[in-house]
Amino acid sequence: MEPSWALQSLDRISLPSLAFENAAEMATEGLHENETLASLKTEAESLKGKLEEERAKLHDVELHQVAERVEALGQFVMKTRRTLKGHGNKVLCMDWCKDKRRIVSSSQDGKVIVWDSFTTNKEHAVTMPCTWVMACAYAPSGCAIACGGLDNKCSVYPLTFDKNENMAAKKKSVAMHTNYLSACSFTNSDMQILTASGDGTCALWDVESGQLLQSFHGHGADVLCLDLAPSETGNTFVSGGCDKKAMVWDMRSGQCIQSFETHDSDINSVRYYPSGDAFASGSDDATCRLYDLRADREVAIYSKESIIFGASSVDFSLSGRLLFAGYNDYTINVWDVLKGSRVSILFGHENRVSTLRVSPDGTAFCSGSWDHTLRIWA
Amino acid sequence: MFLKSASGSLKMSGKTASTTNNIAQARRTVQQLRIEASIERIKVSKASADLMLYCEEHAKKDPLLMGIPASENPFKDKKTCVLL
Repeated sequence: MEPSWALQSLDRISLPSLAFENAAEMATEGLHENETLASLKTEAESLKGKLEEERAKLHDVELHQVAERVEALGQFVMKTRRTLKGHGNKVLCMDWCKDKRRIVSSSQDGKVIVWDSFTTNKEHAVTMPCTWVMACAYAPSGCAIACGGLDNKCSVYPLTFDKNENMAAKKKSVAMHTNYLSACSFTNSDMQILTASGDGTCALWDVESGQLLQSFHGHGADVLCLDLAPSETGNTFVSGGCDKKAMVWDMRSGQCIQSFETHDSDINSVRYYPSGDAFASGSDDATCRLYDLRADREVAIYSKESIIFGASSVDFSLSGRLLFAGYNDYTINVWDVLKGSRVSILFGHENRVSTLRVSPDGTAFCSGSWDHTLRIWA
Repeated sequence: MFLKSASGSLKMSGKTASTTNNIAQARRTVQQLRIEASIERIKVSKASADLMLYCEEHAKKDPLLMGIPASENPFKDKKTCVLL
């Protein structure tokens, strides 16, 4: 029997290439007809040089130097307070509900589970028609979840408490990419979803109609992560990819506003600083970095010689003073964002930490791992 | 991530190496760089000061930073009263 989701794949015509051609046409305005490839490449090189020069002019001091006058942090005692067991394989992604209590998580075995983190009870479970569900997100209303992975799609499932209803029956296919879905996030409402994909693009979709609202082209390889700017700072988001670049986008125009290329390897995770003026990244090059958007440059690196495994996931504490980062060496490192030093290292997971998010009210954070479990730390 | 090696480093455009496409690509790069070069920037000293100010202003309300009593944290075990 043909699963309903397979039929739905024909409904959606994704037009990322069309949107891109329009943007390209606009980009050629103001350029002369007889420009050659060589002259364009020379201009590109000179612009890159100018960019570096302008950035360097404002590099008058290092963040950690300015932060010397800030009081050092004391000892932190953070422990695992809950362990969520139930996934049959690697946990790949998780997200908190705005109620600060429920969590959605997704796994390599195709299962997506909604948990009550206070009691560790499973409230909902659905099996996706694909394995490697790399992305999942909770809707702002708390009434739905979105997920996707190797099926190249992002699907939305309304959450129902009717025991007789099959969650999978109400599934809605929203996004269609031409390669795996690596990340997804609802915008300010349940109506729109932002996605990132192994096809090198990000896209904004209308949930109700499944229509593509905007596409974002610019990464030269798989896009692995994205994060929306805090709502006060306007309509932008940041993405990170296998091209080692972090790019900041205007959601309305599809334009890349700023880009940063200082990592030495794939960027697995990006997260905005709570004020929206900066963002952190975690990379396979074993470092996390902080980029300030108004200074338009990297302002801190969080690294140690003893840390040689990639950082898979990062998130800030509520004030932005602490950066929690999960690594492929099974640990979680806690960094002093301002001073650049590590304040704590947390052990507990028995395999790679693949996902990490601080709860909406900042009382705890949750980590998911290839060891099949999720842990709540406080 | 495990899957990245499986899909390889996929080039976004997937276009053939014809001259017209290279020129279009180069034009897009130049236009993008023009936009990026023209944005307004502030000094790192000012940006750092603002980041520090934000941390300071919000520190007291940061439970993971300040530590909050077990009674206020739903995840921390509350000590129960024992009648001796």
